Amino acid sequence: MNLNNDNKYVSSLLQDIQSESRDIALMEVCGTHTMAIAKSGIRNLMPGNLKLLSGPGCPVCVTAQGDIDAVIDLAERPGITLVTFGDMMRVPGNNSSLQEARSRGADVRVAYSPLDALAIARQNRRLEVVFLGIGFETTAPVVAVTVEQARREGLKNFSVFSLHKAVPPALEVIFADPAIKVDGLICPGHVSIVIGLKPYLSLAVKYHQPCVVTGFETRDILEGIVMLLQQIRKGEAQAQIQYKRVVKPEGNRVAQETIKRVFRPVGARWRGLGFIENSGLEFNREYEDWDARRKFDIPEYEDIPIKGCACGQVLRGRITPPACPLFGQPCTPLNPVGPCMVSHEGACAAYYRYRIT
Amino acid sequence: MKAERILMAHGSGGLMSQQLIDEIFKAAWSNEYLESMLDGALLDLPAGRIAMSTDSFVITPIFFPGGDIGKLSICGTINDLVACGARPLYLSVAMIIEEGLPLADLRRIAASMAQTAALAGVKLVTGDTKVVEKGSADGIFINTTGIGLIPAGIDYRPQQIREGDHIIVTGTMGDHGLSILAQREGLRFSTPVSSDCAPLYAIGRKLAPYKADIRCMRDPTRGGLATVLNEIAVQSNLGIIVRDKDIPVSPVVRGACDMLGMDPLYMANEGKMVIFTAPEKSAAVLETLHSIAECQAAAIIGELRAQPAGLVLITTELGAERILATLEGEHVPRIC
Repeated sequence: MNLNNDNKYVSSLLQDIQSESRDIALMEVCGTHTMAIAKSGIRNLMPGNLKLLSGPGCPVCVTAQGDIDAVIDLAERPGITLVTFGDMMRVPGNNSSLQEARSRGADVRVAYSPLDALAIARQNRRLEVVFLGIGFETTAPVVAVTVEQARREGLKNFSVFSLHKAVPPALEVIFADPAIKVDGLICPGHVSIVIGLKPYLSLAVKYHQPCVVTGFETRDILEGIVMLLQQIRKGEAQAQIQYKRVVKPEGNRVAQETIKRVFRPVGARWRGLGFIENSGLEFNREYEDWDARRKFDIPEYEDIPIKGCACGQVLRGRITPPACPLFGQPCTPLNPVGPCMVSHEGACAAYYRYRIT
Repeated sequence: MKAERILMAHGSGGLMSQQLIDEIFKAAWSNEYLESMLDGALLDLPAGRIAMSTDSFVITPIFFPGGDIGKLSICGTINDLVACGARPLYLSVAMIIEEGLPLADLRRIAASMAQTAALAGVKLVTGDTKVVEKGSADGIFINTTGIGLIPAGIDYRPQQIREGDHIIVTGTMGDHGLSILAQREGLRFSTPVSSDCAPLYAIGRKLAPYKADIRCMRDPTRGGLATVLNEIAVQSNLGIIVRDKDIPVSPVVRGACDMLGMDPLYMANEGKMVIFTAPEKSAAVLETLHSIAECQAAAIIGELRAQPAGLVLITTELGAERILATLEGEHVPRIC
């Protein structure tokens, strides 16, 4: 496709969207979509009657407050080296953050992959290296491979604090909530590479929700929105893939099998959504030695909500970030009160950075 | 020298310190100022305004595609002086070296500094070396301080910028930042990314005829182009509008940033300049830049407006305008 045709195609998609006159709310589940929509300016080009709501698709944001407090406490235990993705460093716990814990002397390191944490453990046998496993079906396979490798090597000074979450059970909670009005779902591209279309097929039928797995380029997102509008206009509710160049209907079987070998589904707490059955991942018996919760006897921490913070409401799609009383004052990316303002995939951070009102 | 690595004794001030200075630094950088072995350099400066700038360099890894900490430490300070409108003349060098650093590495760094300085016509006239215990530093830290002479008629300051002025970048954005990230994290791309680390002395010389038309220059290092534009918007109290499609970014940097969820406009550059110029001369300035090897991809990317004062807007490929905000905290890859 040459550039000229491409521009014409994008304009035609925009015209189609702008011609919509009904009141429609679409939810983008994934934090990367939230950012891409803000960054490309798509939100500014939507007609007033078409709302794009952000959903529970930022892994850092949906981590329960109690779990964050547990992580910070673990990091401060003597002899522990906590390795984490960078986004977690500034997330506020009730008393502190990992960044503050590090400044007080805790050994907290930022990595881009769990394999980096494994390398630290291999090279420093006297350190107890704990990788903070946060993320959805996208990160879980890599963590699973890492734990398998640790087991093969007999590396006993490595473990994983698993706070992994599965996306489909959370979507079910949102659809079942009568207070949330969503007419269609922009489904996450990266997560769906692993899980495929199957989970959305049943959601589409059960809740009569059009679902379109969408890519992250500007034209992907516009095309995904048009596909949803076409379904809504016809009164249909199907699960479709816009992001066909990457996502296969069956997903990535190898990655799915890898997750299954190492983890089993378990109930998990989500910020804003509460406890959801089968939405977390816990280690299978033969990998229990690498389970940091078990190894360090980490208790369940109570979820003590941050006063005034409406991240939970934002994650459910009940309100948009500017409706939170703390948005912008005092909660900003520099002084975040809640995680949605910290994470680069967080809805509050996207709204704040791109001054969406 | 018998030792293969830096020992604490190299920082003692005794014979080993002397050997280190003679055999590595003086050998690489030899000039009359260093030879005089005084406690400082005595410099005869022509009359006029002097610019002075200092920068400390802490980077992992110390050797990377396109450069090393030595080259970087010279380029960084030279480019700051060029951005002030000065012709860089003299640099001081202070090193904090971690015990155990291979002497071969130190030789390589010293040679790279000498080569870069010679290229830019600056002299390394005074220096200092300290050695700290293993674990107290990360290989080597380098501080350079430089002075340069500002030719008459040059006054590059944000306050000079006016509504309607054009914004030029002298090349592709984000190469240094991505190269370091890739090297540090072991990321491999089909096309290797090199740092753009380069001394931009030629920009100062070649743009001399346009000194009255150039309002201000900045080098977009840490925080990248977005940070520089935001600083200038605030300092000039004007609005900035840039066009995404006109900002040069190499395909490999763009692809890698998309994959990692990062933005090249926030990534560091070490051989680029952002130039604010009178609109009627921007085409001529651009043409001159294109005659410089490091500035082949130079482009006019936007302009200054009265409103929204203090803010930077970017026109996206859809034609929508959005805010290009200042970076908060660290720029980290996504996990979703």
